[in-house]
Amino acid sequence: MRIHLDRDKCIGSGQCVLAAPEWFDQDEDGIAVVLVESVPEKEWDEVNRAAYTCPALAISLGSE
Amino acid sequence: MDRTPQCPLDLPVELRELAERSPVSRVRIWDGSTAWLITGYAEARAVLTDPRASSDQRLPGYTFAAPQAKAFHTRNRSMPTVDDPEHAYLRRMVTADFSHRKAEALRPVFQRTVDELVDAMLAAGNTADLFADLAVPMSSKAICEVLGVHHSEGERFAALGRIMAVPGSPDAVHSRVVEDMRALLGSLVRQARTEPGDGVIGHLVRAGELPDEEIIATALLVMAAGHGATAHMTTLGTMALLTHPDQLALVRDSRDPAFIANAVEELLRYLSVAHLGRRRVAKEDLEVAGVLIRKGEGIIVATDTANHDPRAFDGDPDALDLHRDARHHLAFGFGVHQCLGQQLSRVLLQVVYGTLYRRIPTLELAIPVDQISYKLDLAIYGVNELPVKW
Ligand code: HEM
Repeated sequence: MRIHLDRDKCIGSGQCVLAAPEWFDQDEDGIAVVLVESVPEKEWDEVNRAAYTCPALAISLGSE
Repeated sequence: MDRTPQCPLDLPVELRELAERSPVSRVRIWDGSTAWLITGYAEARAVLTDPRASSDQRLPGYTFAAPQAKAFHTRNRSMPTVDDPEHAYLRRMVTADFSHRKAEALRPVFQRTVDELVDAMLAAGNTADLFADLAVPMSSKAICEVLGVHHSEGERFAALGRIMAVPGSPDAVHSRVVEDMRALLGSLVRQARTEPGDGVIGHLVRAGELPDEEIIATALLVMAAGHGATAHMTTLGTMALLTHPDQLALVRDSRDPAFIANAVEELLRYLSVAHLGRRRVAKEDLEVAGVLIRKGEGIIVATDTANHDPRAFDGDPDALDLHRDARHHLAFGFGVHQCLGQQLSRVLLQVVYGTLYRRIPTLELAIPVDQISYKLDLAIYGVNELPVKW
């Protein structure tokens, strides 16, 4: 699974960092960044949750 | 809508009945107008992420929660009351100060604050008003930290904050306090122009993009949005735990930060203190669950009811279950206006719940539950006081 993040949509809620701290962080301005784009299957739950709880719908998940 | 006096933490019966019938209903509100009420979880998410559902309070059809809200917000045009792109511009100015990392960095400060307040409660005897003696001063201190208010001004700030947070302050007193607060923040902004410190005020001054008026408005917003909400979550959360002793024991005996964090999410969901709904107005026609909402019609998204939707939460959503996975709750709203202070609130609540019951294990209510008085008409659900003893 591959993470796509639309940083223009991000509102800095930090939900992705709470849900999947190994995959997301916030930069100095509080805007989300993806740490690793490619996610192995055993980690899908966390990343799915990050996408689901993102209030700005800025995270979409695609296939590799 | 009224809650049942015997079950002050349950959803109002009327709301529950509406939700059981349909996720979208037509209701009449305090000023005699009608609006759409969204009670379903999925429907609430859909509306709150739909750009056609506007937060712009100047648009005709916007439904205000109460006369006070109308008075406050029409005078104070700010982030929660405007749409993108203006909203995104204002929000991006301050997101740096509200990130997960910034909130975590304040954890030791919050811990010290809570410990000192608990020390003072213990030193003063064996009774306290948890709202006035712990929740309010703790929230004031936290907001001071975030805004970058100096210790010298902290007292005055706290005094005004106390009145702003007390539910039911008569409207006249309230708007005078807001004006006093505005004046105090104004002097802080002017000080920061010569010597910008840390925190939101200093950062906005350094960024040099906003005029004083707008910086004051932003600081006032942070105060108004954050102070009461965290204070009431602290007090009402404690009341919820004291009336659910099995759940209280879980928090008191836990040394697991992950469990405490989960407990905070469940308490946020269960209590949903921002209980008067997210207010929106349709800028264009939109359809929700097969219902057509026309341009110009008001929408109330009842996030408290959505947070009790059995389609979205496992088990019995009306029960407090600190082991529940409730992290997708809507207690901080959803969509682009989702709470700016959420990371901060989480850390603060984790600290206070994780400390209070551990340090005062015999804490209990000092009056019967049915004698506690509530404020139902403010944007945040809360109690006037919470007498406790140990
Ligand atoms: C547990 C405590 C809190 C709760 C339950 C809460 C709840 C909420 C909710 C439901 C909204 C969404 C409003 C809407 O969609 O119309 C919101 C927005 C907001 N909150 Fe909080 N809040 C809390 C604490 C705080 C704190 C501590 C701060 C600041 C220090 C804060 C600042 C804000 C701001 C500025 C907004 C507007 C964001 C925007 O429009 O983009 N809140 N809050």
